[in-house]
Amino acid sequence: MLYDLIVVGGGPAGLAAANSAWEKGLRNILIVERDKELGGILNQCIHNGFGLHRFKEELTGPEYAHRFIEMLKDTSVQVMTDTMVLTVTENKEVHVINTEKGYQVLKAKAVILSMGCRERTRGAIAIPGARPAGVFTAGSAQRYLNMEGYMVGKRVVILGSGDIGLIMARRMTLEGARVLACVEVMPYSGGLMRNIVQCLQDYDIPLYLSHTVTDMQAENGRLSHVTVSKVDEKRNPIPGTEMEFDCDTLLLSVGLIPENELTRGAGIQMDMRTNGAIVYENMETSIPGVFACGNVVHVHDLVDYVSQESEKAGAAAADFVLNPKENEQAVQLKNGSGVSYTVPQQVRIPRIEKNLEVFFRVRQVYGNSVIEVKDGENTLCSFKREYMTPGEMQQIKLPRVLLDKVTADTIEISVREA
Amino acid sequence: MYDVAIIGCGVVGAAAAFELSKYKLNIAVLEKENDVALGASRANSAIVHAGYDPEPGTLMARLNVQGCAMAEQLCKDLSVPYEKIGSLVLAFSESERKTVNKLYDRGVKNGVPDMQILSREEVLQMEPEVSPEVMGALYAPSAGIIGPWEYTVALAEVAVQNGAEMKLRTKVEGIDWTEEHYVIHTNKGNVEAKYIVNAAGVHSGEIHEMVAEKSFEIRPNRGEYYVLDKCEVTKARHTLFQCPNENGKGVLVSPTVGGNLIVGPNAEGVSGEEDNHNTAAGMAFVQRMAAKSVPNINYRHSIRNFAGVRANLNKDEFQIGVAAKQFIDLAGIKSPGLTSAPAIALECIHLLQGEGLSMEQKENPITTRKKIHFRSLSAEDKQQVIKENPLYGRVICRCETITEGEIVDAIHSPIPPCSIDGIKRRAGSGLGRCQGGFCGPRVLDILARELKVSPLDILQDKDGSFILMNETKKEV
Repeated sequence: MLYDLIVVGGGPAGLAAANSAWEKGLRNILIVERDKELGGILNQCIHNGFGLHRFKEELTGPEYAHRFIEMLKDTSVQVMTDTMVLTVTENKEVHVINTEKGYQVLKAKAVILSMGCRERTRGAIAIPGARPAGVFTAGSAQRYLNMEGYMVGKRVVILGSGDIGLIMARRMTLEGARVLACVEVMPYSGGLMRNIVQCLQDYDIPLYLSHTVTDMQAENGRLSHVTVSKVDEKRNPIPGTEMEFDCDTLLLSVGLIPENELTRGAGIQMDMRTNGAIVYENMETSIPGVFACGNVVHVHDLVDYVSQESEKAGAAAADFVLNPKENEQAVQLKNGSGVSYTVPQQVRIPRIEKNLEVFFRVRQVYGNSVIEVKDGENTLCSFKREYMTPGEMQQIKLPRVLLDKVTADTIEISVREA
Repeated sequence: MYDVAIIGCGVVGAAAAFELSKYKLNIAVLEKENDVALGASRANSAIVHAGYDPEPGTLMARLNVQGCAMAEQLCKDLSVPYEKIGSLVLAFSESERKTVNKLYDRGVKNGVPDMQILSREEVLQMEPEVSPEVMGALYAPSAGIIGPWEYTVALAEVAVQNGAEMKLRTKVEGIDWTEEHYVIHTNKGNVEAKYIVNAAGVHSGEIHEMVAEKSFEIRPNRGEYYVLDKCEVTKARHTLFQCPNENGKGVLVSPTVGGNLIVGPNAEGVSGEEDNHNTAAGMAFVQRMAAKSVPNINYRHSIRNFAGVRANLNKDEFQIGVAAKQFIDLAGIKSPGLTSAPAIALECIHLLQGEGLSMEQKENPITTRKKIHFRSLSAEDKQQVIKENPLYGRVICRCETITEGEIVDAIHSPIPPCSIDGIKRRAGSGLGRCQGGFCGPRVLDILARELKVSPLDILQDKDGSFILMNETKKEV
């Protein structure tokens, strides 16, 4: 079977990409989803706050996913759920298995990779101490709570102030647990400001910045205590600052990693900084006709931006199949001072219709500051910002007319205090 | 009345049970935990040592080389992951080169096959990521890597299939000799046996002293490790040892059978089995020491830390022998215990016979174990097994591509696990980079469903390690 487009993953990215490819005229589209239903991680995100940008209203995660699933109903997009993709090859074969049809090799003219991301674990950050039950990634705890209907603990410490951790602080509190502290190793929170306010401050949960968990104790196989210490500028624990918390549960919200095993397996070029594929302005990867979008490319803080990015990928995949083009020379986007990464990483200027949207993150907290975009020594344009933090993704739009002036082979984006 | 009671079901107890179960004997295996392989057998370097380390003439030397030679066929028969990748002992100074030569001579005396002394250039060609400071190495191609808990589980499972009784959660509290047999007092009542095999690991000293005078001392010793993601496995193609010196055996860097990189251990005396915590100092030491062998290990790709407690002795030899009438010690089995285990089991049989146990071989004992490992099947075989059982078509652990079929197989295996980690040790789910973050809740579901118990009853690991506390609020 030859499909026009196979979308790997039916979470928010895959759903938006498939919809957009259909709108742009592709008809023979297949979404492959490993879970039993579409929606991805949104299905366990029962809190609200989704869709403020995309739909101008506040939705829960399942509601947000539902909007896109409903859109699919009016299309001929096919969906294969409960199906795992084992391999994606360079020539766009997609090897899948499921209980019904066993092992199948599917072929496509274009492929969109939208596998999302996974949570960093205790092992990734090497927390010393015992290794008991009661240590969960925030997302696993969220699944137990919201999907399975079970509480994972009664007295909780949260390490990391990523959004899922903050959301879970509130969720566990509402379910009757006592959340004793949220501990963040950096001097600033990794989550959205609105979540700090709505999930910690509103429930009097203390946030310890520049602190980390330095030991764990167990009683009879379950967590019984964690030790929290202050850290210095180099994030090394400071002896003598230890605080002990009597708790049965530690939730980890210590970062997300794009899930790129299939991407690497296909031989696609990766970006060390995003842990995702290197993409062009239209989300195409180093393999022509293979696109990537959403958290598999870089971790977003808002699903609205995932949808936006994925619609771009879907449209581009449709264009790839319906209007094949020669590959133009690309300009590289360079991370200047204060910028930790950009997406896209490379741009084919002739392919930009009106604006090039660039997502990026800053390395530290900035007050009043300026984002500068340079073509060699020349400043192309600059943008003012009142406040930027690594926890909140930044977005700028570069007009095509400006980009046409670019003469160098790199465009540098940098940030400085105003 | 049992003919033989084996106390402890780590790899040594399991290997003894496996060998003994080939004979017409009533065997009981007494294990205090809720599963097998919960001591040093699950937390070690996972190496099959070639056998150049032990002093020539020792029992340890003989059993090591013999065990190493047995591993390949045994693992093939039992569907246990094993790869004969060879090992290098790296030398970084003139004096270490001398040590390497000494190890070579020892290896020759011990009967280690096909060893070579390698030049700096040869080492760097075989191992491009090794520090350019390297001056040479001892190469032992007979060394290998193994799945230590799979090995233990497989040996124990076959023993059970041959009729051995596995008594889990059975802690030995005292032993009495009554004229011609032993009465073993446990938390679950008395067990009577004519012969006892003491394979109690870190506790083998305590068990010994229940029947005999103290004659050796177990000094529990903790080793801490890193396991790194599969992308880091390119950092070592063989098991890379450092030269033993006055500070210990050094830190190894090695691929694992799962395709990860393992780095460790340190060595620190601890009070006992429960002191298996990781420490900031220990992990820093491991990193620092490993950098000497392989400078560019990226610990950002760490997926797991663990620590194991080894049953070290106050001497460089295993404590294997007759401790009392009809009572065999297989004690103080430290490194290379995992390698030696199958040879220790043969030694155990020899000792039991010496104590008068009459042994008659069964006509057709089970000696093999079949297991479906979906990931390593060809596309056609994948198709075939899914056709036979659709559950092989549903991937539960996405990091390691472990299917529901494999998890259900594990649940209904001869020694049924009751915990998520028990499934991990049998099916391999949760061993990957997300460490069960994704599959944990799903495995818990499947366990509860298959065992027909509440999810609240499912454990992470040992007894007491509950995962879920209570159900969430209901509608009002």
